[in-house]
Amino acid sequence: MSILIDRNSKVLVQGITGRQGGFHAKLMMEYGTDVVGGVTPGKGGEWFEGKPVFDTMRKAVDTTNADVSLVTVPARFAADAMMEAADAGVQLVICLTEHIPVSDMMKVVSYCAQKGTRLIGPNCPGVMTPGQAKVGIIPAMVAVPGNVGVVSKSGTLTYEVGFAMKNAGIGNSTIVGIGGDPVIGTTFVEVLEMFENDPETEKVALLGEIGGSAEIVAAEYIKNTMTKPVAAFIAGRSAPPGKRMGHAGAIVDGGEGSAEEKIQALEAAGARVAANPEEIPGLLC
Amino acid sequence: MKLHEYQSKFLFRDFGIPIPEGRVATTADEAEQIAVDLGGVVVIKAQVHVGGRGKAGGVKVAKNPEEARAHAEQILGMDIKGLRVEKVLIDPGADIKGEIYLAITNDRGAGRPLIMTSMDGGMDIEELNRERPEAITREHIDPILGLQGFQVTYIASAMGMPRALWRQFGSILRGLYECYIHSDAELAEINPLVITGAGELLAVDGKVIIDDNALFRQPALRAERDASDELDSERQAREAGITYIKLDGQIGCMVNGAGLAMTTMDMTKLYGDSKGIGPANFLDIGGGATPEQVATALRIILSDSNVKCVLFNIFGGITRCDEVANGILTAYNEVQPDVPMVIRLQGTNAPAGNRIISEARIPKIMSAQTLTDAAKLAVAAVREGA
Repeated sequence: MSILIDRNSKVLVQGITGRQGGFHAKLMMEYGTDVVGGVTPGKGGEWFEGKPVFDTMRKAVDTTNADVSLVTVPARFAADAMMEAADAGVQLVICLTEHIPVSDMMKVVSYCAQKGTRLIGPNCPGVMTPGQAKVGIIPAMVAVPGNVGVVSKSGTLTYEVGFAMKNAGIGNSTIVGIGGDPVIGTTFVEVLEMFENDPETEKVALLGEIGGSAEIVAAEYIKNTMTKPVAAFIAGRSAPPGKRMGHAGAIVDGGEGSAEEKIQALEAAGARVAANPEEIPGLLC
Repeated sequence: MKLHEYQSKFLFRDFGIPIPEGRVATTADEAEQIAVDLGGVVVIKAQVHVGGRGKAGGVKVAKNPEEARAHAEQILGMDIKGLRVEKVLIDPGADIKGEIYLAITNDRGAGRPLIMTSMDGGMDIEELNRERPEAITREHIDPILGLQGFQVTYIASAMGMPRALWRQFGSILRGLYECYIHSDAELAEINPLVITGAGELLAVDGKVIIDDNALFRQPALRAERDASDELDSERQAREAGITYIKLDGQIGCMVNGAGLAMTTMDMTKLYGDSKGIGPANFLDIGGGATPEQVATALRIILSDSNVKCVLFNIFGGITRCDEVANGILTAYNEVQPDVPMVIRLQGTNAPAGNRIISEARIPKIMSAQTLTDAAKLAVAAVREGA
């Protein structure tokens, strides 16, 4: 097993005829992901690398029975694309798009909850179950199959830690990038619950950062419920308050969301917290 | 994007919220004229993007136009926490019988708009939240349905608003919610919403922050940007599509990805802090890292004279490290920096990338295998150069 995606996931790519969407759709197929088609309004009937392109998600899902959709469309169309995917009935929507207005995301998260659709992201690198499938932009070379689950707010930091694990002989069950935006579809706690219930995951690495309180909520869950060991890293110890550090959500605001309070909460919950992400493989042994 | 008090209040007025009839002045002459026009007691308020301007002497009451002129002369050009006051707002003095706090913000944890109100307005909401959280009434709004009538009544009732003011308050609350939605605000705050002696409600101070990601559909608000508190280097970076934030340390950091950029800063501090060494900036170069982008980013980093070493940390995923290495060398030749550079390339084609760097044989360029080594090398380079 694994969480969220595996070799049987049937994936649609919204924006498959775009530069980014097409590029990553190809890499996903090369990795072994079952990409069953794509959607670009106005390009229905065309083909992409032998896969059908549809005008609408409804038609695409009816025809292919896809259960996962990857959203790669630009920010101003992304909210609509996510809601269209939820409306069409896919179980899982993963959105890579960055710079989506928060007011749009609040509506999308609420709509997905009504439809019973799980949303990952936005502004995330996607999900990868090494050796089986990847949906998103996580590079194939950063991970091998194994028993450590990874959940992270960041992209390249995740690659960095995945790669360090791989070099230390540690593999991953599933890697989940939840995104660095203030309002996201799936939080740390929900992914931790999935890993806790996944028989193939034995340990978990959590990569957080400054801003918001999702890591504090995660620490509560680790303390009260979780039985599997957790190693963690929190980025942004050196970030000044009141400045947004690249990610829309990465800001220490009104004294809340500092790295120190998150590190303390995680340590108090029994997680092993690294001061240096290259120490994470050592903490998982 | 932060709006000034006057911009926030003028925006509120567009949504039917009563505000004082004040105007903005950039000179003492204008301030005096506005005070003459308004008549009576006026308040002169510095318009700067920092809190605590009152304590810093940026808010003064004047009994007559001459006093208004004198205060404006003093406040204009004043330095408040590093920011120069360029504008003052001249408002008529209000007859204050009570002060209400009213704000709408994005609750990131709940993923919903949150209305916060209190009859104990006027003070800093964070302070109030620490000292007496029970004095704040909170109500979440369904982002799809919007603010409902029953919620307005809930709020007025729960906060202990005098019944005589419910109608006025409801209209202001609805107006503020409309303003928050239509402006794509992260925060729309009235503090205080004053109860006057005549029993009227008046938004005496206001603060609005617009979601930067929504500015593409807010052309009118976009035009209101006051970038005077933004450094030239930060503006150049923003225009080039690079995220750059200046900090106080000596190690310039150039990284791909925001999380890794923060981590790289943290590492320079982890190994340099005991020696007084740390990051000079946050910089996320984004996905591509083309020679042009690397050169632009390098120039921006080097425009900070505190920088004694530049640390490149690139994790090549889709990006190939050999291409990045060529980009760095091109940028190096173009910019000719006189500080040492530590380059750490990892991921796709990293061996080829490192070979390109080492074969260039540039004395001031050092290669590192791991992030730990890179941070330590950069710290050592700063110490040697000192």
